[in-house]
Amino acid sequence: MNSVIIELKDLQKIYRTGDVQVWAVKGVNLRIQRGEFVAIMGASGSGKSTLMNTLGCLDQSTNGHYLLDGVDVAHLSRAALSRLRNRKIGFVFQSFNLLSRTTACENVELPLLYTSPHVSLRKRRQRAIAALNKVGLGDRLYNHPNQLSGGQQQRVAIARALVNEPELVLADEPTGNLDTRTSIEVMGLFQSLNEAGITVVMVTHELDIAAYCKRIIVMRDGQVIRDETNASRMMAHEQTAMLDASESHAQLA
Amino acid sequence: MKLFSTITASLLRTGLTSIIAIRALQRNKMRSTLTALGIIIGVASVVTIMAIGRGTQQRIQDQITSLGSNLLIVFSKSRRTNAASAGKSESNYLTLQDVEAICREIKSVKAASPEVTFNAQAVANGRNWSTTIAGESPDYLKIRDWSLERGNMFTERELRSSARVAVIGSRTARELFGPIDPVGQTLRVKNMPFTIIGLLESKGAGMGGANQDDRIVIPYTTAMRQLTGDKYPRLLTLQIQSAEFMSTAEEQITALLRQRHQLAAGRKNDFDIVNQKEIADTVESITTMLTYLLGGIAGLSLLVGGIGIMNIMLVSVTERTREIGTRIAVGAQPRDILLQFLIESITLSLMGGAIGVGLGYAASTAASMIPNFHPTVSTASVVVSFSISFAVGVFFGFYPARKAAHMNPIAALRFE
Repeated sequence: MNSVIIELKDLQKIYRTGDVQVWAVKGVNLRIQRGEFVAIMGASGSGKSTLMNTLGCLDQSTNGHYLLDGVDVAHLSRAALSRLRNRKIGFVFQSFNLLSRTTACENVELPLLYTSPHVSLRKRRQRAIAALNKVGLGDRLYNHPNQLSGGQQQRVAIARALVNEPELVLADEPTGNLDTRTSIEVMGLFQSLNEAGITVVMVTHELDIAAYCKRIIVMRDGQVIRDETNASRMMAHEQTAMLDASESHAQLA
Repeated sequence: MKLFSTITASLLRTGLTSIIAIRALQRNKMRSTLTALGIIIGVASVVTIMAIGRGTQQRIQDQITSLGSNLLIVFSKSRRTNAASAGKSESNYLTLQDVEAICREIKSVKAASPEVTFNAQAVANGRNWSTTIAGESPDYLKIRDWSLERGNMFTERELRSSARVAVIGSRTARELFGPIDPVGQTLRVKNMPFTIIGLLESKGAGMGGANQDDRIVIPYTTAMRQLTGDKYPRLLTLQIQSAEFMSTAEEQITALLRQRHQLAAGRKNDFDIVNQKEIADTVESITTMLTYLLGGIAGLSLLVGGIGIMNIMLVSVTERTREIGTRIAVGAQPRDILLQFLIESITLSLMGGAIGVGLGYAASTAASMIPNFHPTVSTASVVVSFSISFAVGVFFGFYPARKAAHMNPIAALRFE
């Protein structure tokens, strides 16, 4: 088994819109080991989203190499990339991207519909329920997204990302649409998943969210300007406890 | 084995995609129904028109057969039947000697009836009725496959003696005698008394709306000698032994008449022979053509329906951009997305086709309440309608489906 899950070698991405060339990523070298919990930070336009799309095999680089679990994805077809995403990557989006008018369970089953070899209906249901139990939504299996709170919706999305047991979970601003308390809860969920061995890479522009990660990468103008281990890592369960305490204090006062 | 499992896997995947597609349609029942409406109307009208076309064709064929079977009708080209006023050589006319020669020499002729018809007032029982008087031979009823309700047909002997006897149609009988039994009664035509010896069975309206039941049939000898003064019959109806001899008989009669009329080679015939089978064939080809023409025009609404489907599919693809992005992100291949939307449009159009066939069937059934009219929905028209709906679904669904399949997932995921 390969201990390096992501390896970027001089990765570049250039967008052409008419005559204008935008050099979104200007030669990034990066290695992420299995079991890491990485936050990619940066202002808008820093290239972090482009980098994230490339890591997610949704987009391909213009130059350089991206080895996902030892496989160079640069020359793979759209279908092959789809298979790769299905097997190895779980996605969590800022705006959840759940299918409306579809139960939580069916939303979680979605990646399994596209898995080959074929996963039977019963297996799909079992695995979806297991994933929902893992994110603490075992009692909301058949609710539609509009019957769930934002935090719950994001947890359904995380269950969807986990259902196919991926090597890597990519989260794009996963707490961007959530309030402080649910943000901490979601980060707690990521932390416990990471503890269980899943590699998590997330994009965020909030420092206090990045503080829950083990390693922080900062980008500016398409380049990595800082890459360091998070010395003052926060743990979500402690933060929740503190929040509870301060709230009860406020009510007492 | 490997091939087999690959096929099974792709079938399972297609099955899953179909379920996704059908669910999407179920979520938008109203919209799906309205979209399918174009196809429903198109298929219903095609099925109905084809059924009515077939019904009409059947009715016309029935009427042609009601004339009798295996008939050849010989017409003289000259419209005048009185030689004295024509002042030309007799060879231009169809003479009674010609008729005799045909009966004698052409073996396949089973029965013959020279015919003289004219309109006249019939008077009986104190009533007047203007009707058709037909001078015929005793074979007439056999040729026309017609039977008598009461009484008898006149005989060969009555023909030779130009007897004043008549067989009358049911309508004529009703008009002249009402409920009284006409057989044995007397009627007068041009002041000449005729004894009614038979009453014809009712046959219903004939071709072109002429009522076959409104006529008085008398021996042609009586008609020619005592009523019209014609020397020649207007036409000759011949019944041939069986259908296979029709064209041979036609050729033989042509040869015989040309010889008798002393027509040199190269001169045109001075008579016409109409073959009943040919009439039937011509009518059939005309009605078939008309049916297809009308069916084709109705088929245009299928095209319009198809455009409707395409329109809604395009809207649907745009609306569900984020869904498509999400599906692609979690591992749907372009093929899966293409199939999903294609199955949606095919389901819409096939559903429309099914409802359309049902409606067409209902409309044809309703139309069959018209008496003597039996529109029939053919299996072929149902199969064709379904195939066309399927093709419409594929053709008009393909572009939107392709658009969905080739979406850029990054843009699709962020689509507002």
